[in-house]
Amino acid sequence: MAMTDSNLPSRAGIGLKPQHFREVLDTRPDIGFFEVHAENYMVDGGPFHHFLGRVREHYALSLHGVGLSIGGEGALDEKHLDRLAALIVRYEPASFSEHLAWSSHGGKFLNDLLPVPYDRPTLDRVCRHIDRVQERLQRRMLLENPATYLEFETSTLGETEFLREVLQRTGCGLLLDVNNVHVSCTNHGRDARAYIRELPLDAVGEIHLAGFTRDQDTAGAPLLIDSHGSPVDDAVWQLYSEVITRLGPAPTLLERDNDVPSLATLLAEAGHADHRMAAQAEPKRCGANWGGA
Amino acid sequence: MTQAPVGRQAEFCAALLDPGRGCPDGLRAWNGSDPSARLAVYRNNVLSSLIDALAATFPVVQELVGTEFFRAMAAVFVRAAPPRSPILAHYGEAFAPFIEQFEPARPVPYLADVARLELARVRAYHAADADPVSTEAVNLALASGERMGELRMVFHPSLSTVASPHAVVAVWAAHQGEGALEDVDVNRPESAIVLRQGLDVLVLKAPPGAVEFIAAVKRKQALGDAAAAAAGAAAGFDLTASLALLFAHGALTSLQLPPRQDP
Repeated sequence: MAMTDSNLPSRAGIGLKPQHFREVLDTRPDIGFFEVHAENYMVDGGPFHHFLGRVREHYALSLHGVGLSIGGEGALDEKHLDRLAALIVRYEPASFSEHLAWSSHGGKFLNDLLPVPYDRPTLDRVCRHIDRVQERLQRRMLLENPATYLEFETSTLGETEFLREVLQRTGCGLLLDVNNVHVSCTNHGRDARAYIRELPLDAVGEIHLAGFTRDQDTAGAPLLIDSHGSPVDDAVWQLYSEVITRLGPAPTLLERDNDVPSLATLLAEAGHADHRMAAQAEPKRCGANWGGA
Repeated sequence: MTQAPVGRQAEFCAALLDPGRGCPDGLRAWNGSDPSARLAVYRNNVLSSLIDALAATFPVVQELVGTEFFRAMAAVFVRAAPPRSPILAHYGEAFAPFIEQFEPARPVPYLADVARLELARVRAYHAADADPVSTEAVNLALASGERMGELRMVFHPSLSTVASPHAVVAVWAAHQGEGALEDVDVNRPESAIVLRQGLDVLVLKAPPGAVEFIAAVKRKQALGDAAAAAAGAAAGFDLTASLALLFAHGALTSLQLPPRQDP
């Protein structure tokens, strides 16, 4: 397994949703871990902390940030880092992760994971920001590969080259979002399998799986939107199986942030991921050939 | 120290929030397709996710004007006043004043106050935890005889009030299945006391003078002075009724006499 600070069990987990708080505590489903968005818990008190504290007594927790803006041109928000540090002290999550993206600029928060150019100045800045995060939080973080819809003319590095160097220089781990790989590779005419071959899979501390929606660009090419509002697509499941064939079982989150279905539906999808991990762990699948990897 | 070209994200940010701006320079798609169509994905993500955040905080405002009107109004607000913090539970502080000035919403004059009430509910939901004073402490304090007027009170961090010239409590309650909106005389002034008791957020109809009484206590006035301020503001102020309502819902976290000042 990866040499990162992710101590999540190598099983499937799901997001903890407020509408499922009571059901989770009443039924205690057999699930590897729960993940929460850090920003939702940056409130003083009330039901969110009440329930997260109780859920945490029984489950491993993954703390996933969506607002740190690691790819931002400006300095990191130290107050936000303080809030993250306080959550980490309070809930002792097995993992903290954030995105290769920016979401704030000039004091405005845009609530989306926006793309960065893959050039040297950006690489240096992202590494500085991750160094600061890891120093402030006193732990290694996981960085998630992005879902993107645009590229920059100034990019001089490929996305995997960029990620590889960030991981090398900062020592952070990789949150491999397999849906993002499929979405971005489709959106930019890349080969998803080659993309994954180019990543250091031994740095993977967690995997994300999610659903996307389909659109198309002005040339009629498919444009996939990372919407987190539907079940995982077959193509993403296939890619996931190939990843865990090579990597072995890994903490795997089923992400669902929009049109959240019943807890039972989420658990069934997580069960499917567990089933795939078990299937790939069977001896006949060992030594799968990953081409040039 | 290396720096990215100045203003790249500033320009991107401005383009996301302003549909009238063109696509920033320097963007491309692998197949040569129009980057502005791809930028539109981000524009839509930003706008719709922030409108969704407002819809989650202001569900009754949305029901009052309908989803289509609400989303159009919220889009104008989001573009003019995007969040200043990544903590979206706090987003919408300026929504009520915006609604007040939003010309198309004028036919619903109580809309802004309903927004204030809904914002107070969300604040109360996430406010700090604190234990209410015990019944024993209340009884002991109320037995302080002639010094009762010197009692100092501290409210639960979740407690706030919304005063309105409209029947905001009845309008809000009608959307929780309590009574029909058609039966509400919207031009009847009503005030709300909003607080969290345990895990539940409560919306109480404030008796006359209670809002002024609570405001005076929050200004750190003693019980006697606060009661006088409330009685001066509302002829029908009944201290016993207001205190009973507040005690019954765990609104006080401290109630005690200050140390006696010896002459």
